[in-house]
Amino acid sequence: MTQAPSLPAPATGPALHARGLRKHYGGTAALDGFDLTVERGTVHALLGPNGAGKSTAVNTLATLTRVEEGEARVAGLDVRSQHAQVRSAIGLVGQAAALDEVLHGRENLVMFARLHGLSTPAARDRAAGLLEALDLTEAADRKVSTYSGGMRRRLDIAVALLTRPAVLFLDEPTTGLDPRGRADVWEAVRRAVALGTTVLLTTQYLDEADQLADRITVMDAGRVVAEGSPAELKSRLGGDRVLVGLPDAVDAAVVRDAVAAVTHSEVHVDRDAGGLVVEAGTAGGTHALVAVVRALDASGVTPTHVHLREPTLDEVFLHLTDRTATPEESHS
Amino acid sequence: MSATTTLRQSWIIMLRDLKHWQREPWTPLFGIAFTIMLVLVFGYLFGGSIVLPGGGDYLDYLMPGMFALAMMFGLEGTMTAIANDSKRGVTQRFRSLPISSVAVPLGRAGADLANSTVELLVLVGGGLVIGWRAGGSWSESLLAVALLLWLRFALLWVGILLGLVLRGEGGVMAVQVLVWPLGFLSNVFVSPEDMPAWLGTVAQWNPVSATAAACRDLFGNPTGITTGPLAEHATTVALVWPLVIAAVFVPLSARAYRRLSG
Ligand SMILES: Nc1ncnc2c1ncn2[C@@H]1O[C@H](COP(=O)(O)OP(=O)(O)OP(=O)(O)O)[C@@H](O)[C@H]1O
Ligand SMILES: [Mg+2]
Repeated sequence: MTQAPSLPAPATGPALHARGLRKHYGGTAALDGFDLTVERGTVHALLGPNGAGKSTAVNTLATLTRVEEGEARVAGLDVRSQHAQVRSAIGLVGQAAALDEVLHGRENLVMFARLHGLSTPAARDRAAGLLEALDLTEAADRKVSTYSGGMRRRLDIAVALLTRPAVLFLDEPTTGLDPRGRADVWEAVRRAVALGTTVLLTTQYLDEADQLADRITVMDAGRVVAEGSPAELKSRLGGDRVLVGLPDAVDAAVVRDAVAAVTHSEVHVDRDAGGLVVEAGTAGGTHALVAVVRALDASGVTPTHVHLREPTLDEVFLHLTDRTATPEESHS
Repeated sequence: MSATTTLRQSWIIMLRDLKHWQREPWTPLFGIAFTIMLVLVFGYLFGGSIVLPGGGDYLDYLMPGMFALAMMFGLEGTMTAIANDSKRGVTQRFRSLPISSVAVPLGRAGADLANSTVELLVLVGGGLVIGWRAGGSWSESLLAVALLLWLRFALLWVGILLGLVLRGEGGVMAVQVLVWPLGFLSNVFVSPEDMPAWLGTVAQWNPVSATAAACRDLFGNPTGITTGPLAEHATTVALVWPLVIAAVFVPLSARAYRRLSG
């Protein structure tokens, strides 16, 4: 299936461009001078905790919410003065599935395609193409009420793609899904991009942004706190975290020095029920892990467990928003 | 939005609503079963003891009334379907589509009329089986059926409005209970002339009574009416009442649908 952008929009310039967006709800600023630029054909993630203003940002760009101040262009169209054009240029998948549960997957697609003005044969064609593209052909002729969460979300995305939108907005597309469902949705997003759509998605999960996005905008309290590629953001955090569990009897100072020597970062030693837990930041990934184990071995210490993990969103925020430091926060 | 575009969109929504009935037929089937049960209870249990003003067989009197009552009770089904839909995500999507704001309510109206036509056919068939006879001409009988559907059409906009406004379970339940006294406070089961004066006046002016009286006339059944406005002009009143109801509730429903949020 070939998907051409449906737009008479300029072929150059970013898919999304927003400057200084402001939106208040009562006393709270949901958007407080929000900036965003998303290049065509890319996946851009808006990462932020509950209440950061992610949905407000998406709804504003999708013209569902009016901006108070600032300007925004979607596919070259002004969200303030070109409502209707913007709406026909975008697809929006909200947090709850907007599908008819009693109809089959295919029937949903055909119905919505016809409501968009396609003739019945054209609607059938389009439905078949999207079912194929989003890997739903097998389940196409079953009631949506029998679908898993991931399948529903994919069908929702398929419906949003019916109009061949230039930009697809996905508000927390994987919240509430199991790992299988999340992987399916990620695949669907990749396929949507392959069909020529630019994707802006919101998420609370760093690993999701990492897996999917070409660029990430981290936001908090209606503002951008950081922007960059996943690698850039992670390196600003000092990369991954190494965790090493040790028996109680071990000398904490020896361990601290051995780990610091290879990770070149601040090392935390905590004591819990099982013994000592040593944590340090590292940019070296699994190499660092191996180096830590070797260093400990050389000092005559045998770990009870070793573990490499990505920084959590909490840590990203603690780092990026410079909030009061907690024991978790160790700077490199 | 041109009228043909709106009609096309409504048609698509109507097919979707009909598919819902087809996939989950229990609600309409239960509705029909319930009406048949009422006919049996009133026709056989109480029928023998009721003497009509102006004379005539009670079952012949009852059946057209039951048809009209079924049309009125239909608004419950409309209301429930609309209330359920508006709580679901699909309504969100309908509202985000570039379609006419009356397409969804109009589609619902089409589907419910289709459903009620089938229900009427079943009831007419059932009535004939248990001994009801229509003495009127074919054209008069068809006019009676048209009047019944006309009442259903008008009242279903009340159902759409109520479904949109009372989306919570409590509101829907309240209407399901209240529709009963409203249905009974009519000439469906008993002639208003046999009621206490004030009650009889209210029952006479019930829109259901007008349609029931007109249908009795047209089917050539006893009307139970000897005096009053319905004695002479039942058909006119049965045309005007639904027109008034539709004129009030169609715009209100369309507005409520446009305003629906969340
Ligand atoms: N319709 C509304 N009325 C009042 N306040 C609102 C409304 N929508 C959002 N807000 C407030 O604006 C702020 C940003 O909300 P928003 O929904 O954009 O955050 P979010 O990042 O999407 O959060 P979540 O992860 O919970 O979805 C919050 O403080 C929220 O309470
Ligand atoms: Mg949100």
